[in-house]
Amino acid sequence: MSDTRTSIPFRAGGFDPTPRRWAPWIAFAAILGLWQVSSNVGWLSAAMMPSPGTVLRALLRLAEGGDLARHVTSSLQRIGLGWVFGTIAGLAFGFAMGLFSLARAAGLPVVSALFPIPKIALLPLFILWFGIGEPSKVATIALGVFFPTAIAASAAVDNVPRNLIRMGQGFGMPAHAIIAKIVLPGALPGILAGFRISASIALILVVAAEMIGAEWGIGAFILMTGNLMQTDQLLAGVVVLSLLGLAVGGALSFLEKALLRWR
Amino acid sequence: MNLHVRGLAHAFGPLAVLEGLDLDIASGETLAVIGPSGCGKSTLLGLLGGLIRVEKGGITASGAPPAGCLNPFTYVFQDFALLPWRSVEGNIRLALEHHALAEEERRRRIDAVLALTGLSEFRAALPKQLSGGMRQRVGIARALVVRPAVLLMDEPLSALDAQTRDLLIEDLLAIWAREQTTTVYVTHNLAEAIRLADRVAILSRRPGRLRDLIAIDVPRADRGQARHAGALAALQDRLWAAMRGEARDADREVALV
Repeated sequence: MSDTRTSIPFRAGGFDPTPRRWAPWIAFAAILGLWQVSSNVGWLSAAMMPSPGTVLRALLRLAEGGDLARHVTSSLQRIGLGWVFGTIAGLAFGFAMGLFSLARAAGLPVVSALFPIPKIALLPLFILWFGIGEPSKVATIALGVFFPTAIAASAAVDNVPRNLIRMGQGFGMPAHAIIAKIVLPGALPGILAGFRISASIALILVVAAEMIGAEWGIGAFILMTGNLMQTDQLLAGVVVLSLLGLAVGGALSFLEKALLRWR
Repeated sequence: MNLHVRGLAHAFGPLAVLEGLDLDIASGETLAVIGPSGCGKSTLLGLLGGLIRVEKGGITASGAPPAGCLNPFTYVFQDFALLPWRSVEGNIRLALEHHALAEEERRRRIDAVLALTGLSEFRAALPKQLSGGMRQRVGIARALVVRPAVLLMDEPLSALDAQTRDLLIEDLLAIWAREQTTTVYVTHNLAEAIRLADRVAILSRRPGRLRDLIAIDVPRADRGQARHAGALAALQDRLWAAMRGEARDADREVALV
């Protein structure tokens, strides 16, 4: 090399996501602002796509009349029951598949084959079995929650480092203690990740099930307002669903923070 | 506790890893096991501690375990095998929780091993907060808390940097001076074997057979002294001479697989 000195250029920029706390607020504000301006200048039809302000007023009216609480309570009850039943069954099945070779060999192909079926397609069958009332809706949600929970739990148990299990065995720990003190906490991150998916599926299914046969519930409300061309109220229902999704996501994030502090 | 290995052989499917192994390990002795990669060192530890089923040959133990022994054959793992969701104390306590002990006795044992391994100040720390050396100290403390008759150590220092390794070797020497536990110590590191062991067993390449058994006559406490450096270096040369061909053949074998 010659004696000429050149500085070495930095080449490792980018590909390094850094948090920008203000970005999401600006993005939301921009979308809402654009929407409102588009409505004000007449680019969007007030009948087909009411402005954010109109949707907000519809939401407030709904809340003041007490209907919002009743719709939300009905939906939450269905989600709660369906999610709890589906989660309990999914965890039991997933743990069995993760822990026992026979259960895995027999169960995994069955779960893999049934998982892709859109569960809402089974609602008519459940209505025949359980009637048009609550049990058919709860069963649809429970079935929708069961499969992702079982798959997540099985994979989570599978991913518990085997050296930790061998360590427990090396110390003479009985099998139930190994499951309770090593497998279960080790599988918790995977199980909680599965909860996120199953909670989203429960929210989707409750809306779909309520659209097929319910008087109260957010899904029923959205369907009814659509039939009546009350688009401001329809969008208010969609906003409520979005807020429900955010609340569930927030609750799961809180749970993860509380239970997985060690990560 | 004495260990007697007779005609021990093991295979994983068609792959024979150990063959015709005869070995006696005396109570209180530290036996280092060295050999090329894949020669069955870790398999031997698994067989000794009951984590791998003995299929051919036999392993027997004689003599009484030490007073208060809760788990006669106890492992110290290469990758520490600590539960990341438990504190230092919680990880050590794990080894005691399934034994019917009074809480006072549990606490006494935990306090004793924390002091012995220099971890008393870190009892509430999580593994992620500790350095590699400190994590392995937790692994050692967890092993000692059950007062083992035989300590089975599977390359316990290989995941650590050279300085930390030297510090832990000093700690192990101090611990063994007090505890007199029979130890089988698997390592790749010849210097480590010479520094820590009473005898070194050299295994051949796969399937592992006992190629040589070399006693280290220099007292363990004196091995750091300069006047023994020549003798220990000669021993290390002898170990390497015994291993070199095997290691080269094993390396080629692995490359061909």
